[in-house]
Amino acid sequence: MSDFEPKIVGFCCNWCSYRGADLAGTARTKCSPNVRIVRVMCSGRVEPSFVLKAFQLGADGVLVLGCHPGDCHYVEGNYKAARRMALLKKMMAQLGIEEERVRLDWVSASEGDRFVSIVNDMTKKVRALGPFKKNGKEAEHG
Amino acid sequence: MKKITIDPITRLEGHGKIEIFLDDSGSVENVYFQVPELRGFEKFSEGRLAEDMPQITQRICGVCPEAHHMASTKTLDALFHVDPPSPSKKLRELFYSAFYVTDHTTHFYILGGPDFVMGPEAPVAERNILGVIGKVGLELGGAVIKARMQNHHIIHLLGGRAVHPVFGLPGGISKGLKEEERQEVEQIAKDSVEFAKLSLKVFDDIVLKNKEYVEMIVSDAYTHRTYYMGLVDEKNRVNFYDGKVRVVDPSGKEFAKYAPREYLDHVAEHVEPWSYIKFPFLKNVGWRGFTDGKDSGVFRVAPLARLNAADGMATPLAQEAYEKMYATLGGRPVHHTLAMHWARLVELLYAAERLLELSRDPEITSPNIRIIPKATPDEGVGIVEAPRGTLTHHYITDERGVIKKANLIVATVNNAAAVNMSVKKAAMALIKPGKKITEGLLNRIEMAWRPYDLCLACATHTALGQAPMEVIIYNSKGELIERLGH
Amino acid sequence: MAKLKLALYWAASCGGCEIAQLQIGDKLLKLVEAADIIFWPVAIDVKYKDVEAMPDKSIDVCLFNGAIRNSEQEHMAKMLRNKSKVIIAYGSCAYEGCIPGLANLFNRQLIFERAYVETPSTDNKGKVFPQTNCKVAEGELTLPEFFDTVKTLRQTVEVDYVIPGCPPEEKTTWLALEALITGKLPPKGTVITHNAKAVCDDCPRKRDVKKVKKFYRTFEIIPEPEVCLLEQGLLCAGIATRGGCGAPCPQANMPCTGCYGPVEGAIDQGAHFLSAVASVIDSNDPDEIQKIINDIHDPVGTFYRYSLPDSLLGRARIK
Repeated sequence: MSDFEPKIVGFCCNWCSYRGADLAGTARTKCSPNVRIVRVMCSGRVEPSFVLKAFQLGADGVLVLGCHPGDCHYVEGNYKAARRMALLKKMMAQLGIEEERVRLDWVSASEGDRFVSIVNDMTKKVRALGPFKKNGKEAEHG
Repeated sequence: MKKITIDPITRLEGHGKIEIFLDDSGSVENVYFQVPELRGFEKFSEGRLAEDMPQITQRICGVCPEAHHMASTKTLDALFHVDPPSPSKKLRELFYSAFYVTDHTTHFYILGGPDFVMGPEAPVAERNILGVIGKVGLELGGAVIKARMQNHHIIHLLGGRAVHPVFGLPGGISKGLKEEERQEVEQIAKDSVEFAKLSLKVFDDIVLKNKEYVEMIVSDAYTHRTYYMGLVDEKNRVNFYDGKVRVVDPSGKEFAKYAPREYLDHVAEHVEPWSYIKFPFLKNVGWRGFTDGKDSGVFRVAPLARLNAADGMATPLAQEAYEKMYATLGGRPVHHTLAMHWARLVELLYAAERLLELSRDPEITSPNIRIIPKATPDEGVGIVEAPRGTLTHHYITDERGVIKKANLIVATVNNAAAVNMSVKKAAMALIKPGKKITEGLLNRIEMAWRPYDLCLACATHTALGQAPMEVIIYNSKGELIERLGH
Repeated sequence: MAKLKLALYWAASCGGCEIAQLQIGDKLLKLVEAADIIFWPVAIDVKYKDVEAMPDKSIDVCLFNGAIRNSEQEHMAKMLRNKSKVIIAYGSCAYEGCIPGLANLFNRQLIFERAYVETPSTDNKGKVFPQTNCKVAEGELTLPEFFDTVKTLRQTVEVDYVIPGCPPEEKTTWLALEALITGKLPPKGTVITHNAKAVCDDCPRKRDVKKVKKFYRTFEIIPEPEVCLLEQGLLCAGIATRGGCGAPCPQANMPCTGCYGPVEGAIDQGAHFLSAVASVIDSNDPDEIQKIINDIHDPVGTFYRYSLPDSLLGRARIK
């Protein structure tokens, strides 16, 4: 387990967080390489089933990044994401999924450094938790 | 040792198999009635909302969901320290009586009855409801279908749907009856009383007038002298919905009477390694193994037991039928297992009469059917008589009403030990060295458990996981002699 | 025309689907004109050895209800798949796992300890547990192996159709049986029901904009009889549940709990329901949102009541 590298799926909204990620890239900021980015038009596009599907397919963590509250390109989309993620996290606790495996945060188009800091922090936390699926199988399979 | 297997048992609710061990001479050495199913309700109820329990626990059994729904709802009343308004209690009992009519009808005509109507050794293709309809005629067949459909309609009116209704809440019920609906119910109740009388007549014509069947009923092979348990009202008459639990000993004398919250002082459950079902017994007598008599804690529940444990029925026609049964079979208590089929029809009549009584109650169309509980929930026990026996629900919650612990003693499970004994005794009487073992003979052995109207999904609501690797060896007396492994 | 050979079987079930099959009432007589029921343990004395002797594909249609909880049920599912031309997942247990699926929040050991040791009425100081192989004085007895995880029928064998519901309403059952009898079956894989849209489409209650500031538990309020239950703050699953049932529960003043499974196109009923509930919360303030969510005490029991085994994750992770 010491060489375990978490796979984290990162849903980034087109207008803010994806551009923030892009900025970190063009600035060549050093960043944990564990996040696989999926661009969505808005964090409000992220359905809870996307998060669960990511885990089903082998993710160890899921990151959802949107515009700061009040700045959403579609006005209310990020608020919807906030409500969905809050309720999803509550349900995930019942399903035995550690809180740190799913994170919702806000990154603007100019915050390349913030993007990197969130990614690094999350990678560190998920690495410490270990793989979502043990031995490549679903946890606690009969 | 040769082994005969009956797998699966048929014409019941649930899964079961019977293993019969024969010695070298061809006599029965021992018989095991194994239940191979379970699901785990007592565990996965943890974390659920208390008010969801009537709907969750009714999926223990889709043949008797109303029983679990009612036991659970009463448990919620106790849990939330709330006394529902009188009209809601009457409507609950009305709903429950309609359910009893459907369920006892299902058992007599579809599950257990074909053995008598078609004959114990009739061909498999005929020994079922379709054969019964063919033999008794479309008119009676139609009456059976109508009785079930009409009473299910009553359940629809109050609970939305017949299987897995939505109805009970702590503090009352979710829907009441309008006057037009009440009139429908009253008419259905009248028809149901006639149907119950007809069913008793069918039993009389087909069973009681058949010498061979009567001999079978009173034979020792299908008889056990056990304790009997059932819910009774303040006059010691059978009541399905409410009352105290009364236990009588094999001679008919009252042995115990308790309120729901006292159940743990009276009943305990024994475990065997060869079945997923547990075996309840009377704590104050003790577990002496699979044996009957005054010194054994084995007791029975369900129709015959209820009638044995009570002093009478609360409605006039049912009381007449009760008296007739005991007069015919030599007084109370009756120990003949096959008489359960008769007792069930007496109860069918009672349920129909009670339904009629309640449909005429002045409060029955009252809109006052719910109060909102205000107290903090903590712990509650609720007991009803399910068609198949005394049903106990017990919940402990946190202050929000989220279930922390649940314990269920479910109807049929109370009969588990007796069922095992009944099947063994019948097998021993019927299988003799040199006698050919036909499919019909095996069915006669199955006829020893069918009167209990088994609901094995109910009985095994519990679940077991893979045990720690352990082998437990018993000698022929059932005494544990060695445990190996873990 | 030759009669259809019909088999009906139950796995980890409650028997409700058998009663549902009988709910077709006098149409049962129509059914027996068109079909020979050759295996139906609730009503007919055909045993496992008789089924084993049937040739492959000799059963025209098998209606299979119940979830796959143990090795016997898995074995029967595979056997009946081989012996049947068409196999239909009848009812929510076979389709999604249903209530027994809630056991996927736990595992064998936890369930086992509760049932056979912990429960207050159990008298088992010797910690005797049922065994898959048990030696008794006369010989050996076997019981099926209990799996850690409840599976659905589609997770065990290939399934041709689904009839949803816990249990399926009479009209849904008859819709499928009539199609079978007349040979007018829909495309393979169809979930057979009158209405593939949400239960809301069946429900007569008046619907308006949904903005919920507080969620209530069913015992906390007496709802208005004609207004949408979700709008009144009850967690009604109708929005995330396939219709065709006629919405009997909301008409009996109780919220829908989701027994007909997900709407067409939704891959995870619980996630879909959760998403919809979150969407109607009338707040953008994180603290207020949290306060509103705090009234939902059992998300899994509410959102995944019937569908946990069929969900994306299938079960909870146990430490």
